[in-house]
This record gives sequence, structure tokens and C-alpha cells, in this order.
Amino acid sequence: MNFTRRETLAVSGAALAASVLPLNLMASTPDLISGITGGAEASSTGISLTAPEIAENGNTVPISIDAPGAVAITVLAAGNPTPGVAKFNFGSGSGSQSCSTRIRLAGTQDVIAVAEMADGSFSAAHQTVKVTIGGCGG
Amino acid sequence: MAKGVKPRVKVPKTAAAGETITIKTLISHKMETGRRKDGDGNVIPRSIINRFTCDFNGNSVVDVNMEPAISVNPYFQFEATVPEAGEFTFTWYDDDGSVYEKKKAIKLA
Repeated sequence: MNFTRRETLAVSGAALAASVLPLNLMASTPDLISGITGGAEASSTGISLTAPEIAENGNTVPISIDAPGAVAITVLAAGNPTPGVAKFNFGSGSGSQSCSTRIRLAGTQDVIAVAEMADGSFSAAHQTVKVTIGGCGG
Repeated sequence: MAKGVKPRVKVPKTAAAGETITIKTLISHKMETGRRKDGDGNVIPRSIINRFTCDFNGNSVVDVNMEPAISVNPYFQFEATVPEAGEFTFTWYDDDGSVYEKKKAIKLA
């Protein structure tokens, strides 16, 4: 096998980027959750996060969250340039503590939902979404 | 003011007292993240809707803080209880200071 200089550079460059980039960009899921809860332990029950396993287009990924008894739900995307996605505050007129929306994902990553319950405790759920085409431009 | 912004809301016309109804909202907005570059390599400035609220007769139903990771044409689906006849007020707050408002009345069945 004979590689030209150009091919060698391209292959090694791509391999290097693939190995280094996810490590640098991905904030870890437990760190993000404790950033919301202020270090408190988050239980894994009482909240459900529905997201597709594979999203073809990272520009619109439908997600829905359901957390009965929550006063607020924060959604985070661990692998986005800025992890924050949205914060839902539920008022007295809400019929259920659930919401559906569409979000942008830069690449394959964890989507995290952290619910703050009325008694001050926290619940968290996360799901990995595989993204075929990233949705952050550039 | 961003161009072509049009709020759309789907609320049932009637509901039984105390019933939980599903509300769907969509507003056409380009939701520029501030990370994209134009043809000359200049960053296109961020321009998103950063907050959405829904009230029923002055009581908050849901209040959403939004980041650039919300998709173009922000869509929300949520549930509200209807204790009495009244009016839903939907408000979107743009980065540039514009406020878009839509009202929907609901009657008791």
C-alpha cells in the first residue's frame, strides 16, 4: 500500500480529530447534573425523558419530558457547544408536568433532563441520541 | 424585529370544568444561534426567542427559558387545567426586545 503525502495527512488528521474532539467537547453527564442540583443526589425515578435513539437530522430532534410533581425541569445536551437547552417552570395552571419540544444537537451525545420536585429533591434522566448530521452550523 | 415571525396556537374551543387540555404552540422564527458564519467568514449574530410564557386568567401555566439549542420555529406542547371559562395568553420574548403575544379564549362545555 502506497500512501501519498496528502492521503497520509488526511487519514492521520481525521483519526486525531476523532480521538481528541469528543473528549474535549463532551462535558460529563454526572458533572452537569450536579451543576443543576448544587451537588445534591438526584434520584433516577419520577422523571421520564423520551428522545429518539437515532436522529437523522440534528437540527430538529423531538424530545418529551414527563415528571409528575415537578416545579421545574432543566434540559441539557452534554455534547453541544453550550450545554443548556431550556428550563421549564410549571405554574399553578399546568395540567401535568410534561412538555414536548424540538431541540438542536451538535452530534451524538447524551440528552439530560433534571427535574426539581416541589419538596426540593431532584430527579434526573438521560438518554444517548445518535446524530447523523449535526445541527449547529459551522 | 426579526422578519416573518408568526405565532400559531392550537387550543380546544371548549372544555369541561376542571378538564386537562393539551395545548400546542409554534412560532416561526429563524433562531440564529450565533455560531454560524456567513459566506465571508463573519459570525452571524445570535437572534433567538429566549423566553416563552403561557398564562390562563393571570395564572402561570408554563414559563420556559430558552437557549440557542432550541430548534428553528420553536414548538411546545404541554397541558393545562381549565377550572373556568377564560383566556389563555401566550407570550414570546425575542432577543431584540420584541414581544409577540397571542390570546385564545376557551368556553366551558
